[in-house]
Amino acid sequence: MSDEVHLYPYLVLGALLFTCGVVCMATKRNAIGILIGVELVLNGANINFVAFSKYNAVFQVEGMIFALFVIVLAAGEAAVALAIVLNFYNNHATVDVDGADELKG
Amino acid sequence: MLEWLSEFWKHNWEFVVAIIAAKLLIGFMLVNAIFSVWLERKVAGRIQDRLGPTRVGGKFGWLQTLADGMKLLIKEDTIPAAADQMLFRVGPYIALVGSFLAFIALPYGDGIIAREMNIGLFFMLAVMSSEVFGIILIGYGSGSKWSLFGGMREAAQMVSYEIPMALCVLVPVIVAGSMNLSEVAKQQQGIWNWYIFHDPFTFAAFWTYFTCAMASCKRAPFDLAEAESELVAGFHTEYSGFRWLVIFMAEYGSMFAVSGIANIMFLGGWSIGLPWELTTVFAQFLGEWPGWIVGNVLNVSVFMVKGWLLVFVMMWVRWTLPRLRIDQVMMLCLKYLIPISCILMAGVSLWTLYMPLLAQWIISLVIFVLSVAGTGFVVFRLITWAALPPGTGMPGMWRMEGLPGYQGAAKTH
Amino acid sequence: MLQTDLHSYVQLFAFGLVAGLTGLCAIATVVTQNIVRSATWLLFTLAGTSGIFFLLGADFVGAIQLLIYVGGTMVLVVFGVMLTAQGPFIHMKTNGAEWAISIAAGILLFSVLSVGLGSEYLARATGARGVSKDEDTKDSHHAATIGQALSGAPYGPERKNDNNAGTHYLLPFEIVSVHLLVVLIGAAYLARAKRRKEEIT
Repeated sequence: MSDEVHLYPYLVLGALLFTCGVVCMATKRNAIGILIGVELVLNGANINFVAFSKYNAVFQVEGMIFALFVIVLAAGEAAVALAIVLNFYNNHATVDVDGADELKG
Repeated sequence: MLEWLSEFWKHNWEFVVAIIAAKLLIGFMLVNAIFSVWLERKVAGRIQDRLGPTRVGGKFGWLQTLADGMKLLIKEDTIPAAADQMLFRVGPYIALVGSFLAFIALPYGDGIIAREMNIGLFFMLAVMSSEVFGIILIGYGSGSKWSLFGGMREAAQMVSYEIPMALCVLVPVIVAGSMNLSEVAKQQQGIWNWYIFHDPFTFAAFWTYFTCAMASCKRAPFDLAEAESELVAGFHTEYSGFRWLVIFMAEYGSMFAVSGIANIMFLGGWSIGLPWELTTVFAQFLGEWPGWIVGNVLNVSVFMVKGWLLVFVMMWVRWTLPRLRIDQVMMLCLKYLIPISCILMAGVSLWTLYMPLLAQWIISLVIFVLSVAGTGFVVFRLITWAALPPGTGMPGMWRMEGLPGYQGAAKTH
Repeated sequence: MLQTDLHSYVQLFAFGLVAGLTGLCAIATVVTQNIVRSATWLLFTLAGTSGIFFLLGADFVGAIQLLIYVGGTMVLVVFGVMLTAQGPFIHMKTNGAEWAISIAAGILLFSVLSVGLGSEYLARATGARGVSKDEDTKDSHHAATIGQALSGAPYGPERKNDNNAGTHYLLPFEIVSVHLLVVLIGAAYLARAKRRKEEIT
């Protein structure tokens, strides 16, 4: 059964998504772009969780439950982040995160 | 060769069946769109006291939609200069995929399902909710303010109406104890076992669900995303030709899909109302495989007729009621439908837990008898009215003679 | 003679297709300069991830992913873009040096992650096996198990007899529920801050 997909390719895919998310967070100046990067990172983690739940007997249910928690918390995170972004936009008329430098000494 | 084929079939029949099922579903979506558009035009014609299409393809204009479709295919597919090319192109297909995926988990008969899924109902709701993103992209990518307004309205409306829709559909799930659509349908053999008659809460849940389903399919009176009178054509203002066709295939597809959910969860699925599963009945007389096939031909036709009957009701509502305002649409959802659906869900849980079985049985019988009597009465009035001389008021017409401020109306005879 | 058993090939092919598309869409999310296009690529990535979940037999998680991420979070993100847009289509500009640094860092991170995983994987030599052959991806009843675990009932095949085991997830579930309520109130409070400011000034 060497043709079947094993755990490793899933982990690589998760790592790819994670890396893309990190690069996205680093390069985008738009606050919503950064939010998109965060979602990518969380998805990379989720792929790992679910892959472990399939390939590791101890982690069978736990992996999925963790993935569910991650999805739900990501939704909450997105809601709060967007509320902050909207508030920021109302005050500064921009969503460029470089504009948020009022606390600079 | 034959041996090899049979060997191949034995090992890999799943893939062959999967490919056939996918082809059939795509074909069904196309036929459904063609038929529904024809039906819509005929229904609209009848309700507005005209004939609708009459010439193409015989007396009833059967081929009108096909002719329209051919016209759309050879039409120039314009993309506005202000549009975002990629989003403009990709939007309709996202909507279509969302609507198409819903059919994967929808059973048409005993075992006539593309993929048996333990959480079929939930899967259908989930993929239909991704249709909204296609609509938003269509609205945003068009680069036109009408489209943008339509897209924004659609986003707000669909995301809000998903909540009461899902809650209402959970009411029969609590009764049935399963989200597997085939299993739920099989529990409802015999018209008195249909979950719409199970208790007052499921009865109310059906109507609430149907309202939300109409709204989530962006059908009038909730078609604020299109709103021809204020937004030109709403989110699809800039579309023409094939992509426009795709948008409407998605819309009619999801109309049939939500009707299918209503059928299976409330109206007995493919059951015609008799207390037996047709496939097993025919299997006794005709043998296993022929019986299965004959029974399922009947099952599938019953399911389709029921589905299109509900689609017809949506059209009936569309051409009868005036359009709401956007704030009224949102208020209806957030202030009324969500609390109602929460109450229904709590109510049905308490009902199934604490109501004595005899009382449950009696009340479900009462609901069943009352609904059948009510339907019969309406049909009777419609038939007798059709036989009356012209000019007589319609049954159910609101007579205003007795009201204060009544200043007389056009003479009725 | 042709190999008649297609199952493993189809599985491999399906995984390769979905994973490849997901990865490409993830890269496109990063590379594209237009914020709504980026969100669209993210949508495809999320849909691909849910496809991976379906391939792994986690139907419930896949459906949740579609419902919450695609139907909820992504709509929210695009809504946010629309509400904060100044021009018709926003372009984010990133200069060349930043790109070079971040791409180099990204490749480095990815190779560290995958090589690290790979060495761990090879060290085990046998590789991770599927949980069991009979529990196929075709007919998974994970949804019921997840429900039991979240409602605090004993769950899982081997834990049926042990009343104390398997009740771990009721408290996290409640915490998440309360968290969502707090998020609801907090987001509503934050988003309506402007109106208050106008009243003051």
